[in-house]
Amino acid sequence: MQHRSGMEAFMHGVRMLLPLTPGVIPFGLITGVMAIEMGMSPGMTMGMTLLFYSGSAQMVALQLLHNGVLPVAIVVTALIINLRFIMYSASFAPHLHHLPRRWTWPMSYLLSDQSFALCSLKFSSGELGRFGHHFYAGTAVAMWLAWQLSVLAGVVLGASIPESWSLSFAIPLSFLALLVPNLRSAAILGAAVVGGLIAVLAFKMPYNLGLVLASIGGIIAGVLIENTRKNTFKNMHTDDVERGAR
Amino acid sequence: MSDLALWGMFLAIGVGTFAIRLSFVELYGRWRIPDLLNRALLYVPASVLAALALPAVVYPNGHNEFVLSNPQIPAAIVAAWVAWKTRNTILTLAVGMAALWAFKLIPS
Repeated sequence: MQHRSGMEAFMHGVRMLLPLTPGVIPFGLITGVMAIEMGMSPGMTMGMTLLFYSGSAQMVALQLLHNGVLPVAIVVTALIINLRFIMYSASFAPHLHHLPRRWTWPMSYLLSDQSFALCSLKFSSGELGRFGHHFYAGTAVAMWLAWQLSVLAGVVLGASIPESWSLSFAIPLSFLALLVPNLRSAAILGAAVVGGLIAVLAFKMPYNLGLVLASIGGIIAGVLIENTRKNTFKNMHTDDVERGAR
Repeated sequence: MSDLALWGMFLAIGVGTFAIRLSFVELYGRWRIPDLLNRALLYVPASVLAALALPAVVYPNGHNEFVLSNPQIPAAIVAAWVAWKTRNTILTLAVGMAALWAFKLIPS
């Protein structure tokens, strides 16, 4: 769709993001509630939310603080989980790099899984035309508002939720809700199974090294499975060709 | 941990995350992402999320021993099944929490 003005493209982006908010709000609520239950002040919780602007990293940090892990290990783990943004940054770079820094820096801060999902295909197909970055900004700003407001709502609710509700279980549940629908291939499933198993077996390792080890193990497993499957497919294919030739 | 140490940690993660997000937008044309790294990054979320979720389910409250009567394990299996079938976040969270409360009520 070609937009006639930057404003029209921006509003189109906002409208595209709205249907995704029901998937975002529960995570924001839980993040806010958990932070307050762990004894963090509302100001600190919102400061964390503004600085991170990354729900999974924030939940990871809360979970690890809950377990009493060393701060350095928490920083490393949170940044590992955010490494996926390198991929998004690389895929958006050809469409954003020509803009001045007053655009690229805020747009980079606002990069999210949701904006990536909405914009990556549209950017590369070229259908967004010259107001593409306005469209992106619309999705990104709407997503940012949805996230900040839902964490704020969680902060307000937080204090009133009793301990007996076992709400700390909501964090691993949120991880499952993010993980399971994304298990679309054998390689991704393999990465998850290997990562999860190593993490359980290596849980007693000091400094949270088990998690780092598990993450790397899972990633290697994913790449290896992808390679094996590609080779099998290639071999099957050449077999067919040879049989056809005979 | 002191408030100052917490703020320092949050700032480090915030600045690091911003640097990751900005990386290629800023470096465009000067550095190409190597193919192997690009493929490896695809498996980061699944691997890390599973590595976070599983121990938190198996060892509640950070106790590092396996307890068979831990109600979180059946509840997580139910929640994973709902997540797979419906791909609905709210439903997954609601059913998972309800399952945990139900398994806690069952005397073991």
